[in-house]
Amino acid sequence: MNEADIGLWAVPLAILAGAIRVSTPFLFVSLGEVLTERSGRINLGLEGTLVFGAMSGYAVAYLTALPWIGVLAAALAGSLFGLFHGLVCSLPRVNDIAIGIALMLLGTGLAYFFGKPYIQPVAPDLPAINFGWWSDLPQVQVALRVNVLFLIGILLAGLLWWMFRATRIGLLIRVVGDSTDAARAMGLKPAFIRTLATAAGGAFAGVAGAYLSLFYPGSWSEGISSGQGLMAVALVIFARWNPIACFWVAILFGGTGALGPALQSAGIPGGYYLFYAAPYVLTLGLLIATSSPTRAMAGAPGELSISK
Amino acid sequence: MTFTAPNRRGFLKASAALAGTSALGVLPAASFADGKLTVGFIYVGPRDDFGYNQAHAEGAAAVKAMQGVSVVEEENVSESVDVQKSMESMINFDGASLLFPTSFGYFDPHILEVAPKFPEVRFQHAAGLWQADMHPSNVGSYFGYIGLGQYLNGIVAGHMTASGKLGFVAAKPIPQVLQNINSFLLGARQVNPAITCQVIFTGEWSLAVKEAEATNALADAGCDIITCHVDGPKVVMETAAARGCFICGYHADQTPLAPGKYLTGAEWNWPGVYTRMVQTVIDGGTIPNFDRGGLAEGYIKMSPLGPAVTDAARKHFETTKAEMMKGGFAAYEGPLMDNKGSQILGAGQVFLETDIALESMDYLVEGVIGTTS
Repeated sequence: MNEADIGLWAVPLAILAGAIRVSTPFLFVSLGEVLTERSGRINLGLEGTLVFGAMSGYAVAYLTALPWIGVLAAALAGSLFGLFHGLVCSLPRVNDIAIGIALMLLGTGLAYFFGKPYIQPVAPDLPAINFGWWSDLPQVQVALRVNVLFLIGILLAGLLWWMFRATRIGLLIRVVGDSTDAARAMGLKPAFIRTLATAAGGAFAGVAGAYLSLFYPGSWSEGISSGQGLMAVALVIFARWNPIACFWVAILFGGTGALGPALQSAGIPGGYYLFYAAPYVLTLGLLIATSSPTRAMAGAPGELSISK
Repeated sequence: MTFTAPNRRGFLKASAALAGTSALGVLPAASFADGKLTVGFIYVGPRDDFGYNQAHAEGAAAVKAMQGVSVVEEENVSESVDVQKSMESMINFDGASLLFPTSFGYFDPHILEVAPKFPEVRFQHAAGLWQADMHPSNVGSYFGYIGLGQYLNGIVAGHMTASGKLGFVAAKPIPQVLQNINSFLLGARQVNPAITCQVIFTGEWSLAVKEAEATNALADAGCDIITCHVDGPKVVMETAAARGCFICGYHADQTPLAPGKYLTGAEWNWPGVYTRMVQTVIDGGTIPNFDRGGLAEGYIKMSPLGPAVTDAARKHFETTKAEMMKGGFAAYEGPLMDNKGSQILGAGQVFLETDIALESMDYLVEGVIGTTS
């Protein structure tokens, strides 16, 4: 038998590892969506942006042999999608949810179309930092191989939180998101600010896609996303539009997502479909637990089309 | 409005042309009589996925190279009413008279729905589902004994494993998948009866992140050789190789993904099978409604052995493969128990590769760690 058999300890370790590995796309997409929604728009198209980001990031990384250039390309592509959404929604009587759904389909379709030649080649992966050097156990070492994007994500979550709380830009976005009339009275241009916020949010989603194709699982294929972009939009509501909460929620989803495989490998296989549903059961439970009968949607920006 | 008057004529012209092409399309569909045969291939995923769909697409490419045959392909067609539309448009607009809708879930109800409407078109489906008393006669089933390939994978894995623990990333607990898992372990146990195989089910045919998680969990549990049965093995192969495990391929040749770690792989050999079927139609013959085969019949093949494979493993692999080439190989020999302790085969009993009992497998053999539900 292998000397590195760690028995049931594998389960918490896998949850930790999964939380770190799987959470990053959730984190980036939800941060992007927080930015967009705080400005008063909903961009449901981030799933398409994520898939397109995954494709463009992988393609550029393959062509230039530089994974970071790939991430940059993904961010750029994402911001273009966001910009398009923002501009179209700035036209009168355009529904942001409908445009979002259209962009989701467009993004995945374009990614499949342009991504064809890049399914077979192997692009370089993003580097990871080994925080597990102190351990002799390969399991621990692998679990603590942390990608730089994850760390950037944590920084961004803190930065966004601080921005919304303490900076002029954050305040502008919040004013625009909470009341168009108030923003106009202040001499702001709501459509302009929303468009920029949507473009920035799209860039975040593009980076999330690049993480998928360039680090974990680390290859481009048409099934690369299992709906991370869609789920992350829901996570934003769950996280009450708070970037720090987005981080914890992303960690939670990543960790529970690793539960099913980990339990099976630890020899507790019964009902794995149930374990796979764990993230969703958890979300439902927490949403019910934290809902209030007296106040609707604490923290929701006032101009959001779902809260208007 | 300005566009009604001039465009009505255009519309009528267009629809007349449309009706014309579809009529032209259906008429020659009946046979190869006019020296032109159109064959349609439909895939559930991308046709370059290093997996199931790529294997079929390689078959389609071989058919395309045949004289007087043209091929139409469509990929990413879901197992829903979409595939019915794809089949009908291939028949009506492309004039296809032989269709290969390749995914398992296309059969019931989709092929069964469309086939009676086009009795002159032949529908060939890759799975052993066709039954004479229940299904239309212009539908056929074909499938290969790819479990034998996993058995050969297992033999190589049995020689190469240091930990005695093999890993298997599986999609769903359906008979074909269970047979692959069991065959993989039984092959390995030919080398060392103490070897175990850990299986993790992901629940879906294609879920990149979950496949990566499952592979990591197997590596964490000490498995040092990993194989899989999912639609696109790319993620499993790359993740396992990155974890330092050896890998055995499935569906298609995955050697380019990790040349140093790839031992061998169980591959479909659709080019041979498809060109044979198409040739039968060209020659005016009829494809049998139920056609199956293994290594000997050219339905499956093995990837070239990787550089890491030892001489002992190579020799064992080659002798067993030669045995299989004679046909009628029995990977399942009694006494055989399942992993819950019930007896599957008594001493002296065997399941031959052709045994129909293998098609309804619902158990994991002793030594496989995992359950089917």
